[in-house]
Amino acid sequence: MVELDTIPPFFADKRALVGEILGRYPEYGRRSAVMPLLWEVQRAERHVSEARVAEIAEIVGIHPTEVKGVMSFYSEYHGEPVGRYHLQVCSTLSCSLAGSDQLYDHLVEKLGIVNGETDREGRFSIQKVECLGSCGTGPVLQVNDVYYERVGRARCDQLLEALMRDEMPEAWRERGGDNEGEAKAEFLLSSAGGDGAGEGEA
Amino acid sequence: MSAGASQDLATQPITSRRDPRYEVVMYRHVGVEGAHTLDYYRSHGGYEAARKALAEMSPGQVIDEVKASKLRGRGGAGFPTGVKWSFMPPVDGRQRLLVVNADESEPGSFKDRYIMEDDPHQLIEGMIIGCYAIQATKGMIYIRGEYVKGYERLVGAIREARDAGILGRDALGTGIEVDITVHRGAGAYICGEETALMNSLEGLRGNPRLKPPFPAQAGVYGLPTTINNVTTMTSVVHIITRGAAWFASMGTDDSKGTKLYQISGPVKRPGVYELPMGATFRELIYDLAGGPKEAAKGFFPGGSSTPPLPWTDDNLDLPMTYDAMAKAGSMLGTGGVIVIPKEKDIVSAMYNVVRFYAHESCGKCTPCREGIATWLPKMYQKLLAGLGTREDLTLMEEMVRNTRGTAFCPLADACAMPVQASFTWFRDEYEYLVDNGQPMYTKNDWWDA
Repeated sequence: MVELDTIPPFFADKRALVGEILGRYPEYGRRSAVMPLLWEVQRAERHVSEARVAEIAEIVGIHPTEVKGVMSFYSEYHGEPVGRYHLQVCSTLSCSLAGSDQLYDHLVEKLGIVNGETDREGRFSIQKVECLGSCGTGPVLQVNDVYYERVGRARCDQLLEALMRDEMPEAWRERGGDNEGEAKAEFLLSSAGGDGAGEGEA
Repeated sequence: MSAGASQDLATQPITSRRDPRYEVVMYRHVGVEGAHTLDYYRSHGGYEAARKALAEMSPGQVIDEVKASKLRGRGGAGFPTGVKWSFMPPVDGRQRLLVVNADESEPGSFKDRYIMEDDPHQLIEGMIIGCYAIQATKGMIYIRGEYVKGYERLVGAIREARDAGILGRDALGTGIEVDITVHRGAGAYICGEETALMNSLEGLRGNPRLKPPFPAQAGVYGLPTTINNVTTMTSVVHIITRGAAWFASMGTDDSKGTKLYQISGPVKRPGVYELPMGATFRELIYDLAGGPKEAAKGFFPGGSSTPPLPWTDDNLDLPMTYDAMAKAGSMLGTGGVIVIPKEKDIVSAMYNVVRFYAHESCGKCTPCREGIATWLPKMYQKLLAGLGTREDLTLMEEMVRNTRGTAFCPLADACAMPVQASFTWFRDEYEYLVDNGQPMYTKNDWWDA
């Protein structure tokens, strides 16, 4: 365990940022700043250490245990460092029906780590997460802040290879539905009705 | 539907996208390059509704217009929006708040994300109108932590709107003050429950609060608060632009207007589609989404917490309205349809759903913590391991029945109800599994190339 006072304070040289965050909320709602402050630390350090928790508590004016209590409630804050590429695999029903269970198994095989682990080099970590709100374009893999949608087998390997070269591709943003590019939904209605319900009968 | 021969077709309500009078309004700009910018939004009539409301209408008139439109909340519960707004106490000098619930986390729901990413100004405009109606000067958006793109787009759009004088002390040059703050969650489904959301906004753990007091009496920071869904706010924009009568010309008696529906699971073209209320599941699933890619046996009509229905012609022909879903023993929820393919064993499908609620249970109350979050997933694990018995099935049914209505907040029911329905419609698969030690359907690789 590193001595707390050997770590330079995170927010000491970020007065403007702290002021901006506190300014989003009324003075009597100062405590609302806890979550955004946790986000700032985590974005920079990939986890929130005890020392940072104490710093945040002091800024907001509450006990560190209260900050820890908030932090531990939410699944996106990490007490231990995650990898440079934190792979968050949606495992809820729609993604599961699009293969997210196999996607997860594939990541485990390729990277040699399981849910909740970070590899030795600190490059990759895996977290199984619940519904990411990308149900129409599953399976979805969130790497750090970025969504990669419709991650089929080939695209998964393509993504992993890029990350292994330390290249982070642009988000694979898909929309489907009413905005399938050229295939706008409008035309569909004209040709509709051909598919009966029969083929789906249980 | 007593369409008398004398009745003009033009007076019939619009309940299908096939109706030539129907027009997509809320989802029109999603997917268009650059649609998230203020320039784009303004060049497509943006902020004219807010200007009209603030400059030409009184707050009471805005509420009356929304009441007349019969808009019901799009977050799942379907409470009439205008009525909710009128619950705000009289102005007494205290700060009043409009909070937008953008914690969209219900499995099968993903409409709000595209609006916030591709058309954030539409939400901001709806919030300006909503703030004015309830006489609040402050709006807050609670967006789930994973929606980083949506967060960035909203923050950027708010900055643009402030710089252009659309937000601020003199919003749109009307002398009325409106400003908006965005608050990010950090991964917790329960924060979509409005009282848990309020706690989270205040920097607390996201445990639900007891109601009453309701948010209008004592909401965020104990102040009068109204909480609405993202697409409730965007609906308001078009109600002000086109009038309550236009909105009410779509849908059925109990369910009016246009709505964003979502469809996922193995269909040809999954995604978000805007439809008039009263359109059928068949229109969404077959006409728009192209039908199932493989044989289907059931569907969740409105997100994973709405009881699934079997795949029958009668169910597919149900109109997607609040009342019709209640009559069918389910709910409209968020309008997030999930198609269940025949080859997906129902026990493993429901285990996936149960695991979700178990993970998201906050642990505050005993029925949910012990029943939903602990026992129920263990029972499913036992069944799936091939160790279950018929008695276990009875126990599970009794457990979910006895959980209903006993928990502190709706999360436990949101899990218990679909589990109950799965026993009602697909008990044969549960029985097959316990009798044979293996599931009726064994396909487990769903990953496409």
